Amino acid sequence: MNKKILSLALATGMALSMGAAAFAEEAAEGKVLNIYCWNEEFKTRLTDHYPGYEVVDGTHGKIGDVDVVWNITPSDDNAYQNNLDETLLGQADAADDAKIDLFLVEADYALKYVDTDFTMPVADLGITEDELAQQYQYTKDIMTDSNGVLKGVSWQGCPGVLIYNREAAKEVLGSDDPDTVQEAVKDWDTFSATAAQMAEAGYKMTATVNDAYRVFSNNVSGQWVQDGKIVIDDNLMTWVDMSKAMVDAGQTTTAELWSDDWSKGFYPDGKVFCYFGPAWMINFSMAADVEGSIANLGGWGATVGPQGFFWGGTWIAAAAGTDNPTLVADIMRQLTTNEQIMTDIVKADSDFVNNKAAMEAAAEDDSYAFAVLGGQNPLAMFCAGAETIDLSNLSAYDQGCNEEFQAAMKNYFDGNADLDTALGQFYTAVEEKYPELTH
Amino acid sequence: MGKKSSNQNVVRYNRWGYIFLIPFIAVYVVFQLVPLVTTIYNSFFENYRSGLTQVGPNFVGLANFVKIFQQGDILKYTGNTMIMWILGFVPQIIVSLVLGAWFSDPSLRLKGQRFFKTVIYLPNLIMASAFAMLFFTLFADSGPINSILMNIGLISKPYTFMSHIWSVRVLVAFMNFLMWFGNTTILLMAGMLGIDTSLFEAAQVDGATPTQIFFRITLPLLRPILIYVMITSLIGGLQMFDVPQILTNGSGDPVRSSMTLIMYLNKHLYSKNYGMGGALSVILFIITGILSLIVFKTTAQNKD
Repeated sequence: MNKKILSLALATGMALSMGAAAFAEEAAEGKVLNIYCWNEEFKTRLTDHYPGYEVVDGTHGKIGDVDVVWNITPSDDNAYQNNLDETLLGQADAADDAKIDLFLVEADYALKYVDTDFTMPVADLGITEDELAQQYQYTKDIMTDSNGVLKGVSWQGCPGVLIYNREAAKEVLGSDDPDTVQEAVKDWDTFSATAAQMAEAGYKMTATVNDAYRVFSNNVSGQWVQDGKIVIDDNLMTWVDMSKAMVDAGQTTTAELWSDDWSKGFYPDGKVFCYFGPAWMINFSMAADVEGSIANLGGWGATVGPQGFFWGGTWIAAAAGTDNPTLVADIMRQLTTNEQIMTDIVKADSDFVNNKAAMEAAAEDDSYAFAVLGGQNPLAMFCAGAETIDLSNLSAYDQGCNEEFQAAMKNYFDGNADLDTALGQFYTAVEEKYPELTH
Repeated sequence: MGKKSSNQNVVRYNRWGYIFLIPFIAVYVVFQLVPLVTTIYNSFFENYRSGLTQVGPNFVGLANFVKIFQQGDILKYTGNTMIMWILGFVPQIIVSLVLGAWFSDPSLRLKGQRFFKTVIYLPNLIMASAFAMLFFTLFADSGPINSILMNIGLISKPYTFMSHIWSVRVLVAFMNFLMWFGNTTILLMAGMLGIDTSLFEAAQVDGATPTQIFFRITLPLLRPILIYVMITSLIGGLQMFDVPQILTNGSGDPVRSSMTLIMYLNKHLYSKNYGMGGALSVILFIITGILSLIVFKTTAQNKD
């Protein structure tokens, strides 16, 4: 315990006077930095942008004389979290060099870790609020525990927009100008009306009902679980009613996100009017490098859409008990507060970074126009969107509840169950995942 | 005196039998008996994890069992499992019997037997999950099967195989059939080849038709193998998991109509719910026992 306090004190002192003390401090800290994550993304960012990172092999690196060990477990079937949970639960008994030092989380389950003692407050690492001033508030809300303590930071922002097919907009709405399209999708009633027009012209409004789900679930008025009971928000029921009507009218489908049926709208023959997505989806997920895709032809446009939302993002959290607090703090600082590095990330990786100044400058700069969007620069839209996202209603149960809700409602949309049966299935599935809940 | 020493010899000789049994017993105790007993033990406890918070273990008696039966879903999942098993097993046993009879009939002189025996066994060598993944892609809404059906004009718009109760069940059954009929054929063929050929010859001499030979000689003498095939297939069927799990992405959709008992068990493992999982396993153990007994009794009763 004394050791921990001492190292914390050292770390804090360190943070105030970076530089000269660095060598003395590093000697007192662990020689191995264990990083837990689920894909190569963070590794690439660290390799490309962290000063002094050297690659050793696929799962090892070196920063100074500290060995960086990557433990990468895919997220499929909850494998990443299962692995992380087991290791975190054994953290107290693990040898210093075997302890997790840093791990990554996604928004859907961030609170599961943030609201425990397994994550370290960012302030304890010596990172001050002032240093984080340029980060978007919603990225901090996600990582704030129930006592208001910030437990992690991100280098990304993932506000989303409505991405529309310009060809379809011209044909049905008469113009592919973002303002005209926005007028046709400005709220959900107008959105539904436009869906009917699109259907007449042979276009699906969205590829699947799940496209719009996130937009609704980001704008709920209460948490999924209140006093141990599962509560379905009115906004989600609005999604259910709208989606059912749209499926019945043939204006959308019930395919899964990422399925072939979902992504066929990336091509002109797929005849899909719009998708909801953030910058990374526009750049990387819409088959831009495939000849003949709409993205390849620059045939997408972007507009704000009915409501603000975000999708994705990766947060860096320090594991309590880490023996490398200084290095962890420095990684957080460099990647999430250093404007120069963050601007480099924007240029090199087309990430929307978590830095208001950098993004607002980029929004003004025509060199950031997206080829996929036919030369439109949507960053101003993303900047505005990021400011409006309100995530005060997240809970640790979000991942399970959102997944099961969409899965159960698919049966209702497909006509295999009435609404009550589908809701019953949802409750059953959630209570299997979280046995302490009732409805 | 001589009698006594021969008794001792038998005892001494038997000892080697016990020694040779040790590896099996050791493996059995460690990997079967201990888990079995701890599973039963766990079923009386409330023991799960919510997020990173461990709840229990607290002794709750039979509460887990009561909860399972109160929810009543277990009947539905047992029904799903049995329906999908029967849908696959009936064609499997018929095809296997026919193929087995052809392969083992010397008077047919089938060419390329070895080749076909290998081919029909091949689906079993593919991992079940890979096989399910393949079918998932083939039968997707915009997959090749739908394109073919649309091109030949059988349907005008894609049939959503994964959104209809019976198409999913039939697909699961069909995959299980494809994967296992080769194995069953080889078992039955071995049984048929074990039947004394003089019986067939005698029947032929007496003027029996091939159909009569099959039903009056082959089938009755094949009974022990048939029982074995039925019981192993039944147990395998009750444990059906990988194919429907992958095909429906773990959901057992539509409306959990293709969720099997083991998939239900797997649902409890998300929360590391050893109490409910244990209780469910015990119930599954009892169901398997009872069903095996029924099969055994009904197929073996004519013996005496």
